[in-house]
Amino acid sequence: MASDTERRNLPPLELHVPEPKFRPGDDADFSDIAIPTVGETRRPDIADDHRDMPDLSYGLVRVLDDDGKAAGPWDPKLDPETLRKMLRAMALTRAYDGRMFRAQRQGKTSFYMKCTGEEAVAVAATFALDRDDMTFPSYRQQGILIARDWSLVDMMNQVYSNKKDRLMGRQLPIMYSTKQGGFFSISGNLATQFPQAVGWAMASAAKGDTRIAATWTGEGSSAEGDFHSACIFASVYRAPVIMNVVNNQWAISSFSGFAGGDETTFAARAVGYGLAGLRVDGNDALAVYAATQWAAERARTNNGPTLIEHFTYRAEGHSTSDDPEQYRSANEAADWPLGDPIARLKKHLISIGEWDEERHAAMDEEVATQVKTAQKQAEKNGILGHGLHQPLETMFEQVFEEMPWHLKEQMQDMLDENDAANGVCKTR
Amino acid sequence: MSKGEENKGATTQRNMIQAINNAMDVCMERDDNVCVFGEDVGYYGGVFRATAGLQEKYGKTRSFDTPINECGIIGVAVGMAAYGMRPVAEIQFADYIYPGLDQLVSEAARLRYRSAGEFTSPLTIRTPFGGGIFGGQTHSQSPESIFTHVCGVKTVIPSTPYDAKGLLIAAIEDPDPVVFFEPKRIYNGPFDGHYDTPVLPWSKHPASEVPDGHYAIPLGKANVLREGSAVTMLCYGTMVHVTAAAVEELGIDAEVIDLRTLLPLDMETIEASVKKTGRCVIVHEATRTSGFGAELSALVQERCFYHLEAPIERVTGYDTPYPHSLEWAYFPGPVRLRLAIERVMEDVSGNV
Ligand SMILES: Cc1ncc(C[n+]2csc(CCOP(=O)(O)OP(=O)(O)O)c2C)c(N)n1
Ligand SMILES: [Mg+2]
Repeated sequence: MASDTERRNLPPLELHVPEPKFRPGDDADFSDIAIPTVGETRRPDIADDHRDMPDLSYGLVRVLDDDGKAAGPWDPKLDPETLRKMLRAMALTRAYDGRMFRAQRQGKTSFYMKCTGEEAVAVAATFALDRDDMTFPSYRQQGILIARDWSLVDMMNQVYSNKKDRLMGRQLPIMYSTKQGGFFSISGNLATQFPQAVGWAMASAAKGDTRIAATWTGEGSSAEGDFHSACIFASVYRAPVIMNVVNNQWAISSFSGFAGGDETTFAARAVGYGLAGLRVDGNDALAVYAATQWAAERARTNNGPTLIEHFTYRAEGHSTSDDPEQYRSANEAADWPLGDPIARLKKHLISIGEWDEERHAAMDEEVATQVKTAQKQAEKNGILGHGLHQPLETMFEQVFEEMPWHLKEQMQDMLDENDAANGVCKTR
Repeated sequence: MSKGEENKGATTQRNMIQAINNAMDVCMERDDNVCVFGEDVGYYGGVFRATAGLQEKYGKTRSFDTPINECGIIGVAVGMAAYGMRPVAEIQFADYIYPGLDQLVSEAARLRYRSAGEFTSPLTIRTPFGGGIFGGQTHSQSPESIFTHVCGVKTVIPSTPYDAKGLLIAAIEDPDPVVFFEPKRIYNGPFDGHYDTPVLPWSKHPASEVPDGHYAIPLGKANVLREGSAVTMLCYGTMVHVTAAAVEELGIDAEVIDLRTLLPLDMETIEASVKKTGRCVIVHEATRTSGFGAELSALVQERCFYHLEAPIERVTGYDTPYPHSLEWAYFPGPVRLRLAIERVMEDVSGNV
């Protein structure tokens, strides 16, 4: 019996509850974050055994140094034209976010989420994938659609739940879906896309296809069981999939320590599951590109899945529903040691003589105009409001392919109710 | 509120969130086995601020943030409860409770039974539910009937700040697992179903006068909100206010019963009322098929059949995911209620 056991003279047990280093009012200081120099993290051959690369889960894949110079084994050596396209896609994503966030504030829709500071994670990764590779994003990878030149008007129609919204106003803003764009329907339930991506990849492998899948989740969501389900299936079946954990340090008000980030890296989970793991500077578009390209190449050549941690920072609030000043230090974003992905790629392009401030300013203006024009067009199709944009019947469609009797009955009830409501209005 | 001493007499005006917060505060003060946790619950005090100030007051080991893992949150609550603590776990939205279902359904709910009383699960799961906030299909669901279908879990749904505090205290002190659904549409005011008019704040409602000290409203006791003889209206949560408003607007002498606890159910009150009125309308926001209304309808039919003068009516959400833009066409509002009441009041000859 425990109670009869002679206890050594031990102090009482203590419950450890993680605590972020900085809270509102503190002066955030990130000088203790270890940042390997460019070139320090090696690049194994894409056919190397994952057992021989656990060190990569604790390193940091980097290409751009502080002066904007590209160096080291991971330098993807992209041509300037591609670099400029990537820069523009990130700038367009940021401009789009700014505009849509404001639209929510103006009461034109119910909700919005920006990806400010994390544009590279979606945009640069998409540049490294093939256009027909399938993506299973979280809600913060609008950059995928933009990098794939998806129509901004179409995206905005979804945000406004208006009459041209292909999703029939059924989904919360930003929960896009487009099969044609290789962009899987976003779920509000966190991390569910992770095992789904693995399943898609398993199907692609089973069918002898050549396409691979890529999925993204926040570091906070990587605590969900679905994340772990995905890892074990990916490992067992060596699924051709890239699993991205976007470690932007925060999950609403909870810092990454509540997802296990104090004790180890997110990439290190790869070691336990027998996956290749990479930890990447997520604000370095070239590093994100190179890591994704490496993982895609592995997946495409039957060398198995890769788990990639993108080390980045959520520069703004979680969504339109929170105020980050209430839970984190105000200077964190500005002092983030890995900078801003757009500023860093811009600096690189300038340093190689392929860009300048004037062209950058012109580009900013151009993307702003593009977004404004798209917004005008989208708003012609309506904004969210009590005006019902979709035919009422659409509520009952596509619950099933064929509508069962009870839904037909309920649909009729709803139409009768609508008539009755209009009758009430007339007699008022 | 002065620390340590209880004054049931003194009241403070509170909205629903403040009343829920105060319930946890009172319980934590009285019993250091009570602890609260969940996603964003600790430092931030919850995304709806229901646990605001508790970490500051009781420390990090009694009010803390958790990993985003609902299975873990509920599983850990089972373990802490088995140890002897009184965990109050928050699931940020009821729509996100599903990853934790196994721990609740197979574990918490059956622990007492399968261990012949050796281990128990005196835990409380708080979770905001229901629509009407343009939350789309993953911030609007009403999954209460999933839990009433499980043997061994109590299901509680308050409709006012006063009830919320008294019921939550009862839930926390209950020896069995309780799922406590908070109707988030009425966190700040008693929404009456007219989405196009501003909602009055709780301060204009008498049930916002909440006693400062400890009080418990027994689980399994309904509240007859309005006595009447024409028809019995069974409702809970947000729909209590929508129903009460519809009844007033129609000028019908309805008896409005706020169930407060779905399981255990106050059958005595329901039965007496339906036997008196002979008519029954059941109102909930949840989807219709296999919703709690189906259970209520069966019970009323079984026990009051010979007193019924019309078929029982159900006013519910539709059997579709909760739509974003068509939210108000989905929501069982005043018109749906009126039509149901008119149908149930038709006499046998078909005349109204
Ligand atoms: C299953 C589930 N639980 C909880 C939530 C509520 N929620 C939405 S976003 C979020 C934080 C996610 O943080 P992270 O994964 O780090 O992604 P980030 O927002 O930083 O991109 C939470 C808790 C949810 N949507 N689904
Ligand atoms: Mg995050």
